[in-house]
Order: sequence, then structure tokens, then C-alpha cells
Amino acid sequence: MLQVKGVYKTFNKGTVNEKRALNGVDLTLSEGDFVTIIGGNGAGKSTLLNSICGVFPVDKGSITIDGTDVTKLPEHKRAKYLGRVFQDPMMGTAADMWIEENMSLAYRRGKRRGLKWAITGKERSQYRYMLSQLGLGLENRLSSKVGLLSGGQRQALTLLMAVMQKPKLLLLDEHTAALDPKTAETVLNLSDKFIAEGKLTAMMITHNMKDAITHGNRLIMMHEGRIIYNVSGEEKKKLTVDDLLKKFADLSGEEFANDRALLN
Amino acid sequence: MLSFFASMPGAVAQGIIWGIMAIGVYLTFRILDVADLTVDGSMATGGATMVVCMMSGMNAGVAMLIAFAAGCAAGFVTGIFHTKFGIPAILAGILTQLILYSVNLRIMSQSANLPLSVDKYQLLLSLRNLPQAIVVASVFAAVIIALLYWFFGTEMGHSLRATGCNQNMAKANGINTDTNKIIGLVLSNGIVALSGSLLSQYQGFADINMGRGAIVIGLAAVIIGEVLLGKIFKNFALKLVAAVVGGIIYYIVITLVLRAGLNANDLKMFSALVVAVFLGIPYWKRKIAEGRTEKGDA
Repeated sequence: MLQVKGVYKTFNKGTVNEKRALNGVDLTLSEGDFVTIIGGNGAGKSTLLNSICGVFPVDKGSITIDGTDVTKLPEHKRAKYLGRVFQDPMMGTAADMWIEENMSLAYRRGKRRGLKWAITGKERSQYRYMLSQLGLGLENRLSSKVGLLSGGQRQALTLLMAVMQKPKLLLLDEHTAALDPKTAETVLNLSDKFIAEGKLTAMMITHNMKDAITHGNRLIMMHEGRIIYNVSGEEKKKLTVDDLLKKFADLSGEEFANDRALLN
Repeated sequence: MLSFFASMPGAVAQGIIWGIMAIGVYLTFRILDVADLTVDGSMATGGATMVVCMMSGMNAGVAMLIAFAAGCAAGFVTGIFHTKFGIPAILAGILTQLILYSVNLRIMSQSANLPLSVDKYQLLLSLRNLPQAIVVASVFAAVIIALLYWFFGTEMGHSLRATGCNQNMAKANGINTDTNKIIGLVLSNGIVALSGSLLSQYQGFADINMGRGAIVIGLAAVIIGEVLLGKIFKNFALKLVAAVVGGIIYYIVITLVLRAGLNANDLKMFSALVVAVFLGIPYWKRKIAEGRTEKGDA
């Protein structure tokens, strides 16, 4: 479903702020894979996801989604294949627009937008049903401005919008990091539910090692722009947080430098 | 006092014409979230095109259509500067505005002012007949508002709103934000030029400076409309109506202060200061609110 081959990315090339963010990343995901990504600050996790989305062009390498080489495609054209949830709950929805308007925008991801009405009556009842699955009572607030929702509600809505038009690949970039623990759990459970029900291929960055172990069928660890550890199946299931910390020290020769990960 | 009331119909007619211009400003300023300074030039482009087309023997309707198209072209240039040259929107607008100064002089064969006499041409409105001018301008305003209301209810209109509201979200949902910005600027400047074509008929001439400070008048109309009617006008069409009402009130106030003895040459300064204060109010409100919570926490 996804092939990342020899991808390199350096920011601010030739300046004092030069930062080599991706240093030859190779990764292949099969259909239905759900991979969790962990790594210290500046390991290149978000850069990897953003490269796949086309937020910026990569310096070298290729990215193929479901057999289509998207390396040169602009961000809005790749959106056809991708569902995305950002770390910042404000980023995934349009605050000044209604819930149903936001959903109708997501419903047309990858489709031509012409001069037809933006929302039909039939869609509206579909939206109501989909929202009821979130269990947050949003189904009765179709014409509320999204800006009035809480961070957790917005993130749950963004998640729903990312999957309502089945994506080839769902990308979750620390999407629960900005939420309080209880809301984070709700959103994480919803993510699991949507991924399982839709048989989605997904990537999830998390700073929580326990989450990284308990969710998904694969796990990768990144360090200095490389994937240093790639584990799946039974071996992944048996991992513990201590195993991961030890693995990291062995493979990188450093202590795991991410305060949030250690605190959890 | 009597003469003040006598001057009201003129203020209303001008207010509606400038209110149409304010609708154009609303599209960029409120929906796309950019302050587009192209309008100072495209207002005059509309007027100049109108007069020249009439002089060549065209019918007023056709002439206005061409004026609209000329404004659209101006907006397109700003859109290209902004999205394809990576120039910040404000600067892109200033560049086009400067280009338009030369272009407008060319349209008017290098003269800074061209007359358009209602005695000689079949015009849609003129200050000689104020009731008619008010009706015609109102009809134009109503039709434009209706068309925009429809457009912003379509898929394309929604994607334009999303572009102005949250570009990250728009791109993640497959919306080409560059194209949408261009469409918004094209539409906006087309409407502004249309307003310019109405103004040139109303006043009976086109002038190279007729759009100078137009952005300020447009912003003033939008803001006055929001301050006075924002609480009750929630619907999109009504928000556009509010901009037109804002234009009318602006011109009534201007008439008032001129009667009260303000030097006409100080008018632009007066308008700009009023707009500055109204733009400042939400900022100050926020500051004061923040100051309170800080004290409350301590």
C-alpha cells in the first residue's frame, strides 16, 4: 500500500540551521498494516509523515501509494489517497464553518468540486449517523460552528473526516498529544475502531510507548532520520516499555531523549 | 438642516454604489482573509472601461459587463503575483494597483479624466435622477448578493471559504488553495470594477483617481455593517447586505461631517482614522480581557 524508498530530507540546506531530518528512510506497508512510530525529539517522525503528505518536496527517494508514484504530486493532489489528523486539534477543521460544512468538505476529498450544492439532504442524515458513532452528542449540532467545540471534540471530528471517504492510508501525527488523558483515550479508541472497521492501513506517531505497543500490528523506532528498529507480529506483541528503552540505547548508543515518553 | 435632508438621497445612492464595492472587499478581507489593495486600481479600471466602451457606441449593459471582466483580469494578476510569485498578498495588490495606474491611463487614452454625459449617452443611472439611481444601484446590489449567496453555497464556494479559514485543513482535504485564492481575487475585483462602472455613470465621468483610498472606504463599510448589524445578521446574504448598509451609513456620516464644517481635503484622513480605530477595537478588547485574567490568576 505504501512504499517509501531511500527518502532524504534536509531543512535549511547550506545555513547554520541546516537540519538533516530524514537520512535514507525505507519503509513498506502492506494493506491493512497499522504501524506505530516512536522516537526521540527530532528523530524525523513528523517529517516522514509530512513527506508522505507532500507538505514539502523530498531531496531524494520516492514515495508510492497503492502503486501510484506520488513523489512529485502537490499536497492537495495527494490528499485523494490520505486521511490526516494533526497534533494540533485546531489544524484539521475550519473553525468558522459549521460541523456539516466541514464534513461535506471532507466527504469530497479527492473529488472535483463544481457548482453543485455543497451539502445534500441525504448527506446530512448520513453525517448525523456518522457523528452519532463518536458518542459525543455532536449529531444534534450539525449547524454549530466548529470553533465552538472543545479540542477533543474537534480532534474526534477531524478523525471522522479523515476516514469518512476511505483513505488508502491514514496518518495520525501525535493526534492525542494535546488532549487531556481521558479525552486522549476516547480519541485513541475511536481511531482503533475506525481502523478495524474500515480495514485501514494506518501510521500513528505517538510519544506514549505503551500505546505504541498495544496499538497496531507493527512498530518502528526512528532516530536521527533513520528507522533503527522495525518489528511486527508476535514479537511486537511481547514487547514491554523496558524492552523498547533498552533497544533504543543499544541501537542508538544514547538514552531515550523524550521527556514525555519517559513520564508516561 | 433642510439642505442636509436634501443631500440625503445623494448620500444613499453613493453609499449603495460604494456598498457594492464593499461586497468585493468583504470577499477578500473576510472570506479569503487577505487585505487586497488591488481595489484602489480596479475601481478606476471599472470606471474608465465603462466610459470608453460607451464612447465607442456600446450599450450600457455590455459596457458594464466588459468593465466587470476588466476588474476580473486585474484580480487575476494579483492572484498570480500572490500564488505563483510568492509575493505577500498586500504587496501583490500594491504592485497590481501601480500597474493599473498606467493601464487606466492607457484605457482613457492618456487623459486623467473623461466625461460621460447623461445627455449624450443612454446611462442606467445618474445623479440627475436620484430616485432612479437609488433603485438601479439597489437592484444591482440585490442581484450580486443573490448570486454570491448561491455561489458560496456550492462545493466550489465552500472550498473557497475553507481556504480562507484554514489552509492546512483545505489542503488535507484535497483543495487547491492557490486556485481558490485566485478565484476569490478575480471575483472580488470584478465586483469592485462593476461598482466603478456604476460610479462613473452616476457622477458622469471617470477619473484616474476615483479609486484612491477605495480599500479604506470598503473596509469602513464592512466594519460599520458588522458593528451595527453583526449581532442580528448571521446569514451570509445578510452579512453582505450589512456591508451595503455600512456603505450607506458611511456616506451619510461623511455628508454630515462635511456639513458640520470638516474640510473636504481632510476627508481621507478622517476615514482612515475611523477605520484604524474600528480595526483596533477587537484587539484592545482582547488585550483588556487578557489583562483581567492575568490579574485574576495572581
